[in-house]
Amino acid sequence: MSSDQPRDSITGSSDPLTSTRDARIGEGVDNRFNSKLREAFGSTPFILTKFDKFMNWVRGSSMFMLQFGIACCSIEMMHTYAVKHDLDRFGSGVPRASPRQADVMIVPGTIVSKFAPRMKRVYDQMPEPKFVVNMGNCSTSGGPFQEGYNVVKGAEEVIPVDIHVPGCPPRPEALVYGVAKLQERVANGESSPVTVKPYELEEFGDLDRDEMVEKLSEDIDEETLVMRYNWADSP
Amino acid sequence: MSTYDEPETQLPTTEDGDVDEDAIADLLGDHVLDRETHGNAEAYVVRADAVQDVLSTLKDDAGFDHLSCVSAQEYDDRFESIYHLKQYEDPTNEVSVVVPTPRDEPVSETAEPVFRTADWHEREAYDLVGVQYDGHPNLERILLPDTWQGHPLGKDYNKDKPQIVTFEENKNPLEDHARGGEDSDTMFLNIGPHHPATHGVLHVETVLDGEQVADVNPDIGYLHRCEEQMAEKGTYRYQIMPYPDRWDYGPGGIINEWAYARTAEDLADIDVPEYAQVIRTMSAEMCRIACHLLATGTFCLDIYGDFTAIFMYAMRDREIVQNLLEDLTGQRMMFNYLRLGGVVWDIPEPREEYFEKCRDFLDDLPEKLDEYHDLISENEILQSRTVDTGHLDPEIAKNYGATGPVARGSGIDYDLRRDDPYGYYDELDWDVITEDGCDNYARLLVRMREIEESARIIEQCVDLLEDWPEDDREIQSNVPRTLKPDEGAETYRAVEGAKGELGIYIRSDGTEKPARFKIRSPAFSNLSALQEMSTGEYVPDLVATLGSLDVILGEVDR
Repeated sequence: MSSDQPRDSITGSSDPLTSTRDARIGEGVDNRFNSKLREAFGSTPFILTKFDKFMNWVRGSSMFMLQFGIACCSIEMMHTYAVKHDLDRFGSGVPRASPRQADVMIVPGTIVSKFAPRMKRVYDQMPEPKFVVNMGNCSTSGGPFQEGYNVVKGAEEVIPVDIHVPGCPPRPEALVYGVAKLQERVANGESSPVTVKPYELEEFGDLDRDEMVEKLSEDIDEETLVMRYNWADSP
Repeated sequence: MSTYDEPETQLPTTEDGDVDEDAIADLLGDHVLDRETHGNAEAYVVRADAVQDVLSTLKDDAGFDHLSCVSAQEYDDRFESIYHLKQYEDPTNEVSVVVPTPRDEPVSETAEPVFRTADWHEREAYDLVGVQYDGHPNLERILLPDTWQGHPLGKDYNKDKPQIVTFEENKNPLEDHARGGEDSDTMFLNIGPHHPATHGVLHVETVLDGEQVADVNPDIGYLHRCEEQMAEKGTYRYQIMPYPDRWDYGPGGIINEWAYARTAEDLADIDVPEYAQVIRTMSAEMCRIACHLLATGTFCLDIYGDFTAIFMYAMRDREIVQNLLEDLTGQRMMFNYLRLGGVVWDIPEPREEYFEKCRDFLDDLPEKLDEYHDLISENEILQSRTVDTGHLDPEIAKNYGATGPVARGSGIDYDLRRDDPYGYYDELDWDVITEDGCDNYARLLVRMREIEESARIIEQCVDLLEDWPEDDREIQSNVPRTLKPDEGAETYRAVEGAKGELGIYIRSDGTEKPARFKIRSPAFSNLSALQEMSTGEYVPDLVATLGSLDVILGEVDR
């Protein structure tokens, strides 16, 4: 039977069409447009939720990452963004070059004394709410370089951190897991408390006057921002 | 083929072609106080006020035109700077110039007027060890912040002392700055240290005149994580080897490990079985491919400005190389695979499967490289951005101690794998790539063609390994558990890293840890030539030039 010779039963009646559709839909709610959301909502198309909760869910589902490469881990971070691992699948793969457009900062590498003030400033420039993922052992604790004379013993000495991903460097899969964990936390409305860190940017004039401050006072203005590292107190 | 004029000098050589050490001593005359024999070369101890005389004599009259490295160190009774000199023509011809200075007044004459590359090297020696160089144009700290107190690799440094680091806000770019005068209409532009085009945490202080670069000064040290100190704290046998992986994390891991292995094996007189040398050669070339793919990908990222196809393709192919390396070593990036006297384990079983994977990769590579060439090197947009930008004259390149693809892109035929053979390279059939363009495009082409040569080397290694008799697969020679090289032994050895000559100087004091461990990073020297390459060009070309240098900041700052 060819298609250009329609059957009488079709031209004459809509019954066969309807029965096909009914067969496809089955009993009850039409599930052709089914989705996880639909399943969650049941048969009513209304959502009742707290606005905060809704916002947290939105935040966790769309994260803009800061394009921030420091050391070895940034190579693995690039692999996480690129083909094969493709962090974008998890709704968080848009690296933004400017901190003012970013929600999440991945700290991929060793923080040294010269860089910590810069990192603090980059963190400060990100709009609230902001989250930090520590990638690798260096940004967790100083890692293999912990005993270095110039190495800050973890990014957490300078900025608040939400998630630590261990590894040297962590595999891309591990970073994806870390980001997914962060999204879960954000969706649940959790984040690290912002506390005073051991190393803060402060004005030179506000430092306690000791031998070193006296010595440097010829070179540094009172208003210049400085970071003072008390290496002996570091964990 | 080379486009530069050969220096018209005659090196005093003995009949069998080696450096005639006595003739050089005669040449230097009464500047020489004493002579020492280092593992790699004869060393001449000279007076601290005759450095320029001695170096210019060696450069002009004996043809030592490559100041490879400056190693400074502190002894109980003196400071010492060692200038490691080589020839671009034949790097096995080496001499060292040792400059001792008293502890209470460590001042010696600068070598900067003779070799421009000494500028940064001496600043680093001042910064970390505390030797001062008289007549140096800009003797400031280079790796540590300006306000740092003390010299951390000196003997009386207290690392528990607190330090204060300043954070200067960026000034109004149109305000007067250090280099502009009252009537100056130049503008100061900060690039980095957090910037997508600086390949890490590099800070480039740029002075612009209109849209052109009037002056540029790379400010490094944002990733100075004390690699030399960490190596000096570790024992030769096991504890140092993990650190080289983290210098050039491109990942040039195995090449870096090889630099350490070569130096330490030379120092302690360790033989490496031939079978292990073939595995080393194969894995090092895999690392080189990964490095060059990263360089190509990020270079195009700089030029096109977004995560475009070529970056993604380069990442895709790097994944394959990284998988091969992971199968071999157990890690994706930080391999820790080489051991003194060999490698840690054999090719993974089943061997046939591993070789097949390697061959699959090599078989697919030519087609992919054609695709790369279609996308980038034959692309008109990329050509107009890279041809004739970032010009680096061969003579200037030599003066700055440039090596690797940067030197070979300027027509300097210098490759340690061939000129100072190590491993299994001299048994294999491959070519050194040079291009005469001296520009960003030439450096890109050198890297892309070197990928092909590396593939050739890997292919031959795979053939060799496959046919290697089963009872002769010795992966490590017999090396004592605790290694103590002779007291006072010192040597400087280099390998051809992905970025150029990666050298290490080690001095032993008879214990199981090195007394001084100095790393000569190729990217450090290459980066110091940035000013010569980009002055007078547009800002976007500066970014392209920086990309074509392929700096890895972990290696620059160490």
